Amino acid sequence: MKRYTIFVITENFIGILNRITIIFTRRGINIDALTASESRIPGIHRVTIEVTVNEDTVIQLVNQIEKIIDVIKAFYHEDEGVVYQEIALYKIPVSKLDGGLEKIIRQHNAKIIAAEPDFVVLELTGHKEQTQELLEILKGYGLLEFARSGRVAVAKRMLTIESFIK
Amino acid sequence: MKDSMIRGADIVVRSIIAENADIIFGYPGGAIMPVYDALYDYHDQVRHVLTRHEQGAIHAAQGYARVSGKVGVCIATSGPGATNLITGLADAQIDSTPLVCITGQVAAHLLGTDAFQETDVVGISMPGTKWNIQVRRVEDIAPAIAKGFYIARSGRPGPVLIDITKNAQVDFGEWNYVPCMGFRSYKTHIPVDVSLIQQAAELINNAERPYLLFGQGVVLGKAETELKFFLDKSGIPAACTLLGSGAISQDHPNYVGKLGMHGNYAPNLLTNQCDVLIAVGMRFDDRVTGDLKRYAKQAKVIHLELDKAEVNKNVKAEVAVIGDCKESLAMLTEAIHQKKHDSWMGKFRDLEQEERAAVMQYDITPTKVGLTMGEVIHQINQYKADDAVLVTDVGQHQMIAWRYFNYKKSRTQVTSGGLGTMGFALPAALGAQLHDYSRQVICVVGDGGIQMTIQELGTIMQTKAPVKIVLLNNNFLGMVRQWQQMFFDRRYSFTELDNPDFVKIAEAYNIRAQKVTERTDLKEAIEDMLIHDGPFFLEVVVEKEDNVFPMIATGCSVEEVRLS
Repeated sequence: MKRYTIFVITENFIGILNRITIIFTRRGINIDALTASESRIPGIHRVTIEVTVNEDTVIQLVNQIEKIIDVIKAFYHEDEGVVYQEIALYKIPVSKLDGGLEKIIRQHNAKIIAAEPDFVVLELTGHKEQTQELLEILKGYGLLEFARSGRVAVAKRMLTIESFIK
Repeated sequence: MKDSMIRGADIVVRSIIAENADIIFGYPGGAIMPVYDALYDYHDQVRHVLTRHEQGAIHAAQGYARVSGKVGVCIATSGPGATNLITGLADAQIDSTPLVCITGQVAAHLLGTDAFQETDVVGISMPGTKWNIQVRRVEDIAPAIAKGFYIARSGRPGPVLIDITKNAQVDFGEWNYVPCMGFRSYKTHIPVDVSLIQQAAELINNAERPYLLFGQGVVLGKAETELKFFLDKSGIPAACTLLGSGAISQDHPNYVGKLGMHGNYAPNLLTNQCDVLIAVGMRFDDRVTGDLKRYAKQAKVIHLELDKAEVNKNVKAEVAVIGDCKESLAMLTEAIHQKKHDSWMGKFRDLEQEERAAVMQYDITPTKVGLTMGEVIHQINQYKADDAVLVTDVGQHQMIAWRYFNYKKSRTQVTSGGLGTMGFALPAALGAQLHDYSRQVICVVGDGGIQMTIQELGTIMQTKAPVKIVLLNNNFLGMVRQWQQMFFDRRYSFTELDNPDFVKIAEAYNIRAQKVTERTDLKEAIEDMLIHDGPFFLEVVVEKEDNVFPMIATGCSVEEVRLS
């Protein structure tokens, strides 16, 4: 079992995400994270799926995803083949702010992106291991809420969407 | 309003006509009523057949599509009408049958409100369709239908569902039909890689015991002639899957039989003795392979397949040629040497004799009193036309009919393969017959399956479709009973049936019917049935507890195929 990033380049068609996820659910495979957004070409969307499976399985998943009529192209990469980031937000009560927290924010390169009378929101962008490390620390600071995005990633391989839609 | 503006419902019907559909199977209801109103005006251009249940409509469309090679069309209303199509969609999806199904839907402003007969049909049908779409605006109807037909029939065929809200059906829109010729996310033609053909040819040319398996892909790809030429030149023994039957005539000298759980003895056993295995248009279904860990491990596998997702799914291929087998087979035929494989072929023939002595002889010419399913099919062979279509349901009768029916032409095999849908045969036979009234369509069905869709006798009555229905009645759910006998200590849990008087039922539908219980009456009854001008219902009471052999039990290897 290994962690893979699957990229799906797809038409913006209602229900497409459903069709993609069915391929995972029918095999009982859990999606670790998923993000979807418009690509740099209007009308074409890009879905990034993180999944932990063996290579035979990821190949079959990608082939079956690509078989979906409105999917233009799907491919997979190991972690070494992609540059990726995740974003995490941490909500901390103002009452817990002290000098110790300031040090932690500096050490982790986190940012305070909002300050309200009762709480502040910290942001950290990085790999899951990094956001997880900060999460464990902030649990000691009365963490009120935590949210982490799925992976956004670009491939190291030099391929463009245009080469798939011509 | 411009003169060229017509109702959405008219656009639906005109679009179907524009796609050269000549028959629609369907059932009306509230949300599809505008389309039915439109059908009234076009009855001289497209025929509508009212079935007795939506499941009957879709299976009929499947039967029609399978024998004709055209797209089957069916129409149903929203809610229960649409959900009744689901079994047929799943069946068509797994057996690659081209269908366009149109369902009515509540008006767009009611979507998501749990309105009367509202169901999320697009959601429900998603895993069972090649493509589906909901149309909420009149201007989107024609493009959706054009795209739907294109998707259903191109590439690896499959079912498409188009859900059309009632407002779109009653609104007026421009009639300007543009057939779909393709679009960027869907590539239907994959050029065959010549270097892979060379690699495959080299393997074949150096093989001592090459063996070819062919599936329905040959039929769907219209590659029957290419397959025949390949076999003529290569001298390679060839066996078929359930749905591949008929792609070449069983009289072909290279034909060695059928694969799978209840296929023939030699084709299964020798799978584990070949050195090169050439799979054409088949997907190594578990019913074909048995235990994958012990399947053809000694062989180098060449897989000719259109659908990339089928390659290396179950069996790893040494050379996988992705593309249309009509092209790849022709290229491969060019690249191989003319050869004969007499001693290897002899192995198949020897084992065939073993099977004949151990199984077939008993099935076809039994010595005991009770009638066997095998002898019924054997008698049908004596009188049937070469291009007669065999439609079967699911169970023992299906396997026996498949084993003994003498397939001579392509598109003569209609059965529910991948899904194993009981109740498939009767409506599918109706659909197959309505494609061509002059062709013999023989529907072999069991006493369990026929009762799942027996209401379609009404449609046969109304259309006068001259379907020949052969009910093999053992008063059991025979295949389940066989498994109970073999694997569950003969605990016959809920498999015995108290059946109605089937002949009376058929006669109540004005269908000529006969019941045979004695061997002496069988031959004449089958002859009478096949020459009868009109539908005929023949019930044959067969041995209650006969079993189908050979058999590869679940979890066993192909080489563990049993003769008893």
